Amino acid sequence: MNSEQVIEVRGLTKKFRNLTAVDNLDLNVYRGDVFGFLGPNGAGKSTTIRMLLSLIKPTSGEMKIFNKSIVKDRKEIFSKVGAIVEKPDFYLYLSAYKNLEILGKLSGADTSKKKIMEMLELVGLEKRYKSKVKTYSHGMKQRLGLAQALLHDPELIILDEPTTGLDPQGMKEIRDLIIYLSREKGKTIFLSSHILHEVELIATRMIILNKGKVQVEGTVEDLLKSDKVSVTFEVDNVQEVQNVINESLWKESYKSTFKNELKFELTKDEITNLNKFLVEKKIAVSAIVPVRSLEDYFLKITEGGEK
Amino acid sequence: MITLVIIELQKIFKKWRTYIGFIAIGLLAIIVQLALYFTGQKLIDSQLKNFEQTFIMVGNLFNGYFIAHLILGALIIHVPFLIVLVGGDLLAGEATAGTYRMILTRPVSRLQVITSKFISGFIYVVLLLAWLAFLSIGVSLIIFGSGPLLSLGNGIVIIAENDILWRFLGAYAFAALSMTTVICFAILFSSLVQNAIGPIVSTMAVIFVFLILSALPVEFLQNLRPYFFTSHMLQWDNFFRDPVNYSEILKSTWILLAHIAGLYLITTYIFIKKDILS
Repeated sequence: MNSEQVIEVRGLTKKFRNLTAVDNLDLNVYRGDVFGFLGPNGAGKSTTIRMLLSLIKPTSGEMKIFNKSIVKDRKEIFSKVGAIVEKPDFYLYLSAYKNLEILGKLSGADTSKKKIMEMLELVGLEKRYKSKVKTYSHGMKQRLGLAQALLHDPELIILDEPTTGLDPQGMKEIRDLIIYLSREKGKTIFLSSHILHEVELIATRMIILNKGKVQVEGTVEDLLKSDKVSVTFEVDNVQEVQNVINESLWKESYKSTFKNELKFELTKDEITNLNKFLVEKKIAVSAIVPVRSLEDYFLKITEGGEK
Repeated sequence: MITLVIIELQKIFKKWRTYIGFIAIGLLAIIVQLALYFTGQKLIDSQLKNFEQTFIMVGNLFNGYFIAHLILGALIIHVPFLIVLVGGDLLAGEATAGTYRMILTRPVSRLQVITSKFISGFIYVVLLLAWLAFLSIGVSLIIFGSGPLLSLGNGIVIIAENDILWRFLGAYAFAALSMTTVICFAILFSSLVQNAIGPIVSTMAVIFVFLILSALPVEFLQNLRPYFFTSHMLQWDNFFRDPVNYSEILKSTWILLAHIAGLYLITTYIFIKKDILS
């Protein structure tokens, strides 16, 4: 991990009258990170992104991007930031090409036809570049949103739910594009998403936010590794296995039985150890199915069952 | 800033509502010209009836300048209705479309954005009035020919042909100032809401309220009347008096400029402080 901080947030708070949308948030995003920003609806993700992009003013706290103050060095910072905030909205009465040209000029980007068409090709909209955006589907607008965020070749890309409204193929393409931008182009990506599987696949570090407060922060790998996973062991003789388990320390991890499946809650390391234990006891295990993912973890965290 | 203004103008002129004003003015000017073409001589005869015994009228008084002056007087009071259609949408339109998020996350300051909106609004006003000038002066001169200008306001004033054009120029420049004040009100209201209908209705309401307050025979209101912007909007007609009352024009100019500056500052303050939640 690169130690150069791209985003640094300290004690960020936003209050709307009686509602505290973001509560004393601390955040660090390092160069090269694909930073997953997770949380249920109303957790304060979009409010945080809007504050980072100076669309709304924080009640208190400090934010720095590229080690510069968002308030004082706004122009310099935003020339190196590309963003999609919630759903991408455009001038519906203008073509995709014209929208990109306008937004590119505002960012000081190269707005030559070649460059704009390159961007449209990147997101698969080159054939519809003359069409007015009002004729675009939500998924197409989402792709155009990505194109406008990348047009000026930003160092930091802030994406708020970038795959919303896309079909599975489109979601995969965007995911692949994010991975490409991170690994091949060295971009730092701040990714807010409600599709947790997506974050699990592409994020290097993440934060889970709930009710405006940080619940957990760390690398995706560590967060999953340290947490217990729900695992199903498929065996031939369930009764025999239950007896063996009950006489061992594994009984504390045992949860339930359904047909020929025994369910355990285990860490990743424990899965290997339990399998080894069963093999030593000459028990044939036909399958090990981990059913625990970041989604379970996320739900557990946001429901307040775990901290 | 120039790039921002060009972008704003592109956005304005890509919207169909922008052309409502141009179409309306075009239609009204043509209707007035056609009506006067057929019945205008009667109008001028009836207006001059009382003066015929005292003065000898020579030359073509029913000419393009007379028609142009008549059209300006008839239409200028309706131009605010057309201007607010665009002015009311300048900021509220961005909020409705959600495009604030797109433009305000660029390396441009909010001050630049709002200033470009005001400048492009002013350019729209100037273009609309230039269109009115072209139709009322240019087309009228082609149809009705040239001649001295008969101005029927406070009494009768006949202005020599070589003394007319600069008066129209002054009148239109002043009208641009008045209409800029109107569009500034529309932009202010536009910065407060997320729908263009509100600013359009509010601006028209402000104009009506000030006109009504000006007309009420209440001493307190009569004392305030010189400070109402609506009292100064029709000062353009002073350019067709003889002699022209420059001190009155200058005073009205300052008052309208003060309104424009005040409205710009208030709108800028609101816009810079605004949380973009749309």
